Amino acid sequence: MLWNTILLALREIRRNILRSFLTVLGIVIGVAAVITMVTIGGGATVQIQQQIASMGSNLLMMSPGKRLGPGQATGNIPFKETDADAIAREINSVAAVAPVSSQSIMAIFGNQNWTTQVTGTDNQYLKVTNRSIGAGREFSDSELHSGAAVCIIGETVRKKLFGGQGALGEKIRLQKLSCDVIGLLEGKGQSTMGMDQDDIVVIPLSTFHRRISGNQDVGLIQISVRQGTSTEKARSDIGRLMRERRHLSASDDDNFNVMDMKEITKMLTGTTQLLTALLGAVAAVSLLVGGIGIMNIMLVSVTERTREIGVRLAIGALENDVLTQFLVEAVVLSSLGGLVGIALATAASFIAARLMQVPYIFNPGINLLSFLFSAAIGVIFGFFPARRAARLDPIDALRHE
Amino acid sequence: MKTDGAQQRGSKSEQHLIEFTGVTKVYGKGHASMQALRGIDLRIDEGEFVAIMGPSGSGKSTCMNILGCLDTPTSGTYVFRDVDLGQLTRNQRALLRRYYQGFVFQGYNLLNRTSALENVELPLIYRGAPAHQRREQALKALDTVGLKGWESHTPGELSGGQQQRVAIARAIVTEPAVLLADEPTGNLDTARSREIMELLNALNINQGITIIMITHELDMAAYAKHIIHFLDGLVASDEQNGRVK
Repeated sequence: MLWNTILLALREIRRNILRSFLTVLGIVIGVAAVITMVTIGGGATVQIQQQIASMGSNLLMMSPGKRLGPGQATGNIPFKETDADAIAREINSVAAVAPVSSQSIMAIFGNQNWTTQVTGTDNQYLKVTNRSIGAGREFSDSELHSGAAVCIIGETVRKKLFGGQGALGEKIRLQKLSCDVIGLLEGKGQSTMGMDQDDIVVIPLSTFHRRISGNQDVGLIQISVRQGTSTEKARSDIGRLMRERRHLSASDDDNFNVMDMKEITKMLTGTTQLLTALLGAVAAVSLLVGGIGIMNIMLVSVTERTREIGVRLAIGALENDVLTQFLVEAVVLSSLGGLVGIALATAASFIAARLMQVPYIFNPGINLLSFLFSAAIGVIFGFFPARRAARLDPIDALRHE
Repeated sequence: MKTDGAQQRGSKSEQHLIEFTGVTKVYGKGHASMQALRGIDLRIDEGEFVAIMGPSGSGKSTCMNILGCLDTPTSGTYVFRDVDLGQLTRNQRALLRRYYQGFVFQGYNLLNRTSALENVELPLIYRGAPAHQRREQALKALDTVGLKGWESHTPGELSGGQQQRVAIARAIVTEPAVLLADEPTGNLDTARSREIMELLNALNINQGITIIMITHELDMAAYAKHIIHFLDGLVASDEQNGRVK
């Protein structure tokens, strides 16, 4: 008997192919939208988390100028290398301090040129930013002190200038400075803010001061805080030290700014998650609209269906026969819609993830959830009107207008 | 579950197929209520060919719906083969329709966009008949009503008379004890009407199916040996073979 009921349900679906298609379409679009949005959003969040993990833990970034938001305000007193030394010396919770000065300069090798970020710093920079040398070596102490013409280059710069050739031991030109390539940085990819972290040439700070900037200014001090100690505490200690060193009175505002990278990335993660939730909500609305579409189609056809139920009852169907048939029909349709939706979403989010360069991460929870939701919609809107009709006397169902 | 096992009732000498006693039907409530049947007594025996006549609004369709278990009486008793239907549940009445009755509606009530064959197969599906037997019986029933070769046509592709014959095929495919037909010739021309009547007559004589039909036309009623006239929700006359009962 159950097989017969399934047969009847399948006949019914085939018989009303347009209605079935429209019903399924609503679910397909809703399910696909929700899953795609959530999957892409999840991928973006994971990507940011991976970047946080790779960025070096407990990183503080100190720049001159008042706290005005991202970037540096001009016209402020720059730092000196001694500031970095003082921080390393005075603050116990600090693991490494790197003074950093950088400038955008065209690097030239042979007939190739590439404008990149030239950064003057010391070996601490690698430690602070959690980077390593892929090939070659770090700066030696004497190179750092004497301001030798040596550089360590990032993967992007190597590719642009050298292509397939070996770069180690070659000379590249930065403005008037011709320097030996002594090391290659391990590739790191895009930063959280979308910047290419491999588009960089690192030279000793003293070299930078003498040969490039012509002054002793340090644009930025990057500090990594020892694991297990509070970055908040380190931040306020550094603040106090710097106020003292910069001779600020109690009434003066800070003329420097210490940013906690963790905080920034946390904020970014939060933003991404919020966006994901927002997109998910929009998609959920589309699923809901799909559900309302189904309800509409079901209600429009309720007159025809009620009469049909009347006919079925009149020729000997039990209430249960009718209910099982409609239940099977609703479940088949909405499951079909759910499955097609999931397939579509998988394809769409896979492609979208490729295009947006975020990892594709299958999210079983949202797939299951939207499948169940679509099934529930189908059952509620397909089954309950039928149940009401099946409980009528056959003659009332037949007379339904 | 069949109704065979239900308790025996009445004396053996006086067994009727259908027995109505004081059946009334009231639609609506209070001042807006309308009394469609005011107390009907009927006796119909196995193998009879009954015609129900009367002006519109006289309650004959209401009576037919109650006979076909599509509707329930407000009061009075309906005994079918010694079973009091008032004692049955909804499902038991559905089973009675499934196993004992065939109903031909005035408006055919076929399923749209469904082939004639599938329409006729439908009652057999509810009976749980295997597919090959279902098909065989449905084709035979369609043949009986003269629709051989029209199996795959949907109601939209059939004329009114053909649809009526599909409806009859659907009602007789289960070989019911009683065939109830509400104006089976109402929408047909005279020639077609005559064909349908010959068909019903043949079913009555050859297969022994009891036939109860509503008609407006005297020459259609002439096929019946038992003619019941309705007027204002009451039985006005009840004649058997020209003899008043």
